[in-house]
Amino acid sequence: MSFLEVLYFIVPSAIFYAAPLILVAIGGVFSERSGVINIGLEGLMVIGAFVGILFNLFFADTFGNATPWLSLIAAMAAALLLSLVHAVASISFRADQTVSGVAINLLAIALALYLVKKIFGKGQTDFITERFSRNDIPFLSDIPVIGPMFFSSVYYTSVLAIAVAILAWFVIYKTPFGLRLRSVGEHPMAADTMGINVARMRYVAVMISGALAGIGGAIYAQTISGDFGHATINGQGFMALAAMIFGKWHPLGAMGAALFFGFAQSLSIVGPSIPYIQDIPNVFLLILPYVLTILALAGFIGRANAPKANGIPYIKGQR
Amino acid sequence: MSTKATNILVPVISVILGLIVGAIIMLVSGYNPVDGYLALWNGIFGDLYTVGETLRQITPYLLAGLAVAFAFRSGLFNIGVEGQLIVGWFAAAYVGVAVELPKIIHLPLAILAAAAAGALWGFVPGLLKAKFHVHEVIVTIMMNYIALHVTNALIKTVSGDGDRTESIFASASLRSEFFENLTEFSRLHYGIILALVMVGVMWFILEKTTLGFELKAVGFNHNASQYAGMNVNKNIVLAMVISGAFAGLGGAMEALGTFEYVSSKAGFTGIGFDGIAVALLGMNTPLGVIFGATLFGSLKYGALNMPNAAGIPLEIVEIVIAVIIFFVASGYVIRLFLLRAAKKKEAK
Repeated sequence: MSFLEVLYFIVPSAIFYAAPLILVAIGGVFSERSGVINIGLEGLMVIGAFVGILFNLFFADTFGNATPWLSLIAAMAAALLLSLVHAVASISFRADQTVSGVAINLLAIALALYLVKKIFGKGQTDFITERFSRNDIPFLSDIPVIGPMFFSSVYYTSVLAIAVAILAWFVIYKTPFGLRLRSVGEHPMAADTMGINVARMRYVAVMISGALAGIGGAIYAQTISGDFGHATINGQGFMALAAMIFGKWHPLGAMGAALFFGFAQSLSIVGPSIPYIQDIPNVFLLILPYVLTILALAGFIGRANAPKANGIPYIKGQR
Repeated sequence: MSTKATNILVPVISVILGLIVGAIIMLVSGYNPVDGYLALWNGIFGDLYTVGETLRQITPYLLAGLAVAFAFRSGLFNIGVEGQLIVGWFAAAYVGVAVELPKIIHLPLAILAAAAAGALWGFVPGLLKAKFHVHEVIVTIMMNYIALHVTNALIKTVSGDGDRTESIFASASLRSEFFENLTEFSRLHYGIILALVMVGVMWFILEKTTLGFELKAVGFNHNASQYAGMNVNKNIVLAMVISGAFAGLGGAMEALGTFEYVSSKAGFTGIGFDGIAVALLGMNTPLGVIFGATLFGSLKYGALNMPNAAGIPLEIVEIVIAVIIFFVASGYVIRLFLLRAAKKKEAK
């Protein structure tokens, strides 16, 4: 296999695996930029995956081709509702945000599996019939070398993920809303003094994170696994959390990290058929994202600064 | 109302709220909650065998709860108990199959190996916290995944490409004929005694030693501790190492008692995460951990009876547990509510 052939093989697959991670990681960026730690991303993704598959199975006959896309909307709504639970606990009830996130994760997987067993009478759902199709992007896919690598037979969900990352960058860094969001996460008291409603900003941010995580989960389930069971998401949410940190709480950084993690994931799956890479024990590729995140946090890969007020409930009038 | 009373009331109210939410979910999804909870009850206390198995299930929860609680007392949040437990499980099983020694050496060696492996897995986040001020929550989550993948790879190597190791030699086993005869041949093993001893050990460390005093002081306010001349960094590392050792012992319970082997895992065992709930519910005290572990061990084991006896998916208990954690974490609101109720009473 030539080097170029390997690239044609691995780059599309990396983007394919990265798409859900990008969306969920961007969701994490919104939440944590506002000062709310969201360990519950995994659980939000689980609910997104479950509702996405469920909607797809029930409405495939009604909506045909459009089903997977409509499933994304259903998944988004469901995860948004669940994220409200986290928001209420960590913003209004002043709960420890990490503990609340852990509860969200446990709740999501338990609730999803409970309903799967109730509806299907077994531990996992049927396989979906309507899937996202792969398309060549017009004109761009005709470019030599780059075309086949990035633009032929791609999922539009991957395009969506990258578009969301760029949009998120614009929203967070170039709009008044973004400025308020960041100020609430860095110094909520100062923001409050300037007339920004801290609690409302944080609610909105957590809801955005829920919506994006739900879409990410539904994309993962509908492109990669095709059904829903207890091991469908299995740590993807934590991988997205890792991408968010590795990307230094920046939307484009998070996208870059997610692409890299997608690359590592696809290597661990297609690696055995690629020369040189097949000699590396699989376990190293599997643990790579997590090890890199620890190294990034320790400052070995440039300093990563979390938003200052991250994880601290804001209590009005307290100094 | 005194703080001590609210400290006990908050977990109790949370448990009740959790059970109520569980009942509502069963009702909404068309099951009879009374049947459900009856099946749960019988799954816990049905006969001597189930009681034995329930106690067996409580054993690792005791140690996982101690691990989380111990770190909490030093101001650290150890979400890595799951990973520390997994490496402990592997280490104990490995020592159990790799050598054959007299019981008096083999069993302690396997147990120590588990504690050491867990301690090592706690040492990394502890060190990073102390040296680089890296938040331990994220590092321990990442360490969980590293533990999962690394032990799976090691199991493959040790077993010659298989999915599980051989069963351990009898000389490393915690199996107890006495308990077996007492409980109609359940898998209850001597580990529960070790776990209870460890509850005592945690109490002793926290309440009777200088180290414990320093750890608690660091947990309350590490700036003040620093000013008082304590070595805060050393205490952070030590707290994580001891916490990890407790978690590793939890793994030894599974490796040497319940299963007597280790198999590769598609996902987490969940014991470590439930340990967070156990510790929270027990208000991070050794005695509280016994109550928390008893509750969660019972719920978990009893739930297995629900699909057979009442046709209800056992995940309902996981939902109840999640809701309990949620309410314990939101203790502020419950306290507020209790405070208002108390004030109203006074006004009358």
